Amino acid sequence: MNADTPAALMPRLRHMGATVLADHGMLLVLGLLCVFFSIVTLDEQTPVGGDAAGQLVRRLSQIGDEPKQLVIVAGRGSDEDAFVSALAEGAATAGWSVAGISQGGPRDARMSLEAFAATDRRVEVIALSASAGAWGVFDGLESRLPAFADATLLRPEPTRWPNFLKATNLLNVANQIAVIAIVAVGMTLVILTGGIDLSVGSLIALSSVTGAVCIRDVCGGQAAGTAGMVVGAAVGILICGLAGVLSGGVVTLFGIPPFIATLGMMLVASGSAYIIAEGQSINQVPDAFVWLGRGADLAGLPNAVVLMLVLYAAAHIVMSRTTFGRYVYAVGGNAEAARLSGVPVRRVMLAVYVLCGLLAGLGGIVMASQLKSGAPTYGQMYELYVIAAVVVGGTSLSGGEGRVLGTLVGALIIAVIQNGMNLTGVESYTQKVVLGLVILAAVLLDRLRSRRG
Amino acid sequence: MVSASPPPLLEMRGISKQYPGVKALDDVGLTLERGEVLALMGENGAGKSTLMKVLAGAVRPDAGAIFLDGTEQQVTSPVDARGCGIAVIHQEFNLVPALSVRENIFLGLEQTTAGFVRRGDERRRAEELLRRIGVAVHPETPCRRLTVAQQQAVEIAKALAVDARIIVMDEPTATLTPQEVEKLFAVIADLTQQGIGVIYVSHRLDEIEEIADRVQVLRDGQVVAVRAADQLPRRELIELMVGRSLEEEFPSRRQSVGEPRLVVRGLCRGDKVRNVSFEVRRGEIVALAGLVGAGRTEVVRLIFGADQAEAGHVALDGQVLSIRSPRDAIRAGICLLTEDRKHQGLILSQSVLHNFALPNAAHFVAAGRGFTGWGFTGWIDQQRERDAFAGYATSMRIRANAAAHPAGTLSGGNQQKVVLAKWLESNSEVLIFDEPTRGIDVGAKVEIYGLMNELAEQGKAIVMVSSELPEVLGMADRILVMHEGRITGEIADPAAATQADILSLAIR
Ligand SMILES: Nc1ncnc2c1ncn2[C@@H]1O[C@H](COP(=O)(O)OP(=O)(O)OP(=O)(O)O)[C@@H](O)[C@H]1O
Ligand SMILES: [Mg+2]
Repeated sequence: MNADTPAALMPRLRHMGATVLADHGMLLVLGLLCVFFSIVTLDEQTPVGGDAAGQLVRRLSQIGDEPKQLVIVAGRGSDEDAFVSALAEGAATAGWSVAGISQGGPRDARMSLEAFAATDRRVEVIALSASAGAWGVFDGLESRLPAFADATLLRPEPTRWPNFLKATNLLNVANQIAVIAIVAVGMTLVILTGGIDLSVGSLIALSSVTGAVCIRDVCGGQAAGTAGMVVGAAVGILICGLAGVLSGGVVTLFGIPPFIATLGMMLVASGSAYIIAEGQSINQVPDAFVWLGRGADLAGLPNAVVLMLVLYAAAHIVMSRTTFGRYVYAVGGNAEAARLSGVPVRRVMLAVYVLCGLLAGLGGIVMASQLKSGAPTYGQMYELYVIAAVVVGGTSLSGGEGRVLGTLVGALIIAVIQNGMNLTGVESYTQKVVLGLVILAAVLLDRLRSRRG
Repeated sequence: MVSASPPPLLEMRGISKQYPGVKALDDVGLTLERGEVLALMGENGAGKSTLMKVLAGAVRPDAGAIFLDGTEQQVTSPVDARGCGIAVIHQEFNLVPALSVRENIFLGLEQTTAGFVRRGDERRRAEELLRRIGVAVHPETPCRRLTVAQQQAVEIAKALAVDARIIVMDEPTATLTPQEVEKLFAVIADLTQQGIGVIYVSHRLDEIEEIADRVQVLRDGQVVAVRAADQLPRRELIELMVGRSLEEEFPSRRQSVGEPRLVVRGLCRGDKVRNVSFEVRRGEIVALAGLVGAGRTEVVRLIFGADQAEAGHVALDGQVLSIRSPRDAIRAGICLLTEDRKHQGLILSQSVLHNFALPNAAHFVAAGRGFTGWGFTGWIDQQRERDAFAGYATSMRIRANAAAHPAGTLSGGNQQKVVLAKWLESNSEVLIFDEPTRGIDVGAKVEIYGLMNELAEQGKAIVMVSSELPEVLGMADRILVMHEGRITGEIADPAAATQADILSLAIR
């Protein structure tokens, strides 16, 4: 076919490449960053807990299959407990019988080994956890205690694995960015309508402070129950929603540019936070208050991360499947054409600022929960990180183009860069410079893309 | 050296351009001699504008070359094109709304002394240019305040301001009134006298017969014919363009006008609309005619709630409506197809499908609650949306795979069809069409006329604002002529009227 000659194919391929880059370019960047930091942070890792037990079980089953006996030696702590129970179970499945378990310090280990030797039973293997493996008591053991003359010492072997890719680190990355990512959902909507909301950083502070003050003064302080904490959080969030009503109202009713309107709100909210908190950090909240920020109830995922994912899923559905979503894009794309098509432009704009306020409030509560206090200093400069997440995620500052899930990618890019630089020991001033350059590059990409279109 | 004839002023060879999913141009050639008018014709989406954008350096072709006076030229940017003496008036205007007429005319060509703009000189040049094309706008008026026709005039002035050897006009008359068209033709005659070559893109066959020396027809991105204009009868030209023959330009309809439906009484707004009253009956098409600036668009905007009337009211089926926004109007069953599709009719960055669905949220909301409460709680049934659009795409011959593309990538005429489709789907009782066939090819025009007839036969009330007098005479049951914000006359029997009758009422 004529259309399939190489000459005709080339421009089409180029187009396809460009489309893929335009639609998923940031995802690609995120992937490359992860690969990069994985390579840079490749390191020797001594497994602990269940991982270490798994490795030892594998090595046990290679030793032979006639029934044999082993002794487990480990220290104390949750990792060690996990190690012991996983190993005991795994060894039993592999046909080994556990002749004894010793948990504690080196002294305890020596005493139980000596006691065991006195019973005259024989063992083939002494399995050590990573921390026990480092103790000196096992050196020359076979000469001191003949009972262990042909026992093998099994220690978890170090493996090579990137520090960046450790599950704990990845969860940490997600948890660190949760607040910014949550607030960025609202900011995406605002920017999609062609606006901007500079007040979100201050609203984070305002919400954390009003929430904490409410819990302290109204709901019983450190003795507050779940209901009290929910009320406190709701008050913090609603106050920020109200701030959204105000900035949205000013923008829609009087046609004040969003930049100015929300700049004003930024000062108002920040000042109010200081007044309400009397300039102090408020930490008279119950211990259970950290559930949202530090807890991890669902398959080990931090609750804040779960909340963030749920919000993104919901926002994605709303933006792609409901009239409201369509209207937001329409208003940002061409407000006059939207109005003449019967879109309630003002209501859509107002709703968007209110949502942004509410989400900033929620972000403030999450932050207060993470830090177990509310303070007027929270969220400083966050508006900039939030806007950066949105823009890096591919949403056009002139409105009408972009996607909510892009913002999640943008937030993760920022988080990964920060985390990666922390892991590789880049100092914080340099980090700022790098982050700034990344944001510039993203905006440049946005500009190139819109010029192409 | 022996050469039979001097090389042509312009030659384009083997131009190809592929867009995602469309081959807009496929090995297209074009020649233009000094002092001739070449008409470039073709259906909507045939590739005319794309070819002209290549010439203007605004679109980079995948293949092909451009020769001026026989030497190859690299035209890779609008600046190059201007340097080569090529001026293009694009179909969609490119004026900076915040700048004045003068500033727009001289944008990029500012006449300066030591870095300062010589405003006086520029103003004089601008006034002279505007006079030459016969429009009365003050050079210091900001362009955002101009009507579409005035913007068109400024575009022409802008092209004339460059000392061009080749001038391309992509549908320059789509927004002009007959007088303005006459003036433009005089300007073109003047230009060709000076040896300037003109490429003229238009869907108006009368004009082509009047001014073109040669005609080149494109279809689906390929050249299907190049002929001398006087050897190409109209019927054959149409066949070449649309690939089939058309019976009649204005399809007839069963006349069955009933009781009054839309009643407008005493509408006023400043000096643009002064005490306008009229009514439209069931199954009737009423045309509002008049010169550009006579207040026709302003009247229909008031009915639609796009602007607020200072006095007067609108009633539908005996019920006085309180319309404060277009949203109210749409809910009351009135729709307005605006004249300026780029700024008012479409959201160019959004997909065709979303544009189509925008005013029709209620139709596609699964729970059927699109227009209740806050008005945006609806859950969109995307399948229903696609199906509904597919119906219009077939009947109006909009490219089938267009739905997912941004509206801005469609050809001008196809954009207009999308606007039409979106309002037809709204199923309104009163349909107001402001320049409904602007930029639409002959074939599609007939289809749109057919649709309007069908709507009238369903008992809807239709108001049509149009500057195309043949269309007004051919389609309307009644013609109202406006002048300076007032209705100055009515032609009850358009079949017996002539263009001159309308004009005499419009000018006074
Ligand atoms: N930027 C673009 N991206 C994708 N497709 C495009 C783009 N510009 C034009 N096209 C497509 O190229 C084809 C030719 O378009 P073009 O504007 O040249 O048509 P035209 O002949 O000028 O039509 P009309 O009479 O309606 O103005 C159309 O199918 C159009 O959708
Ligand atoms: Mg065109």
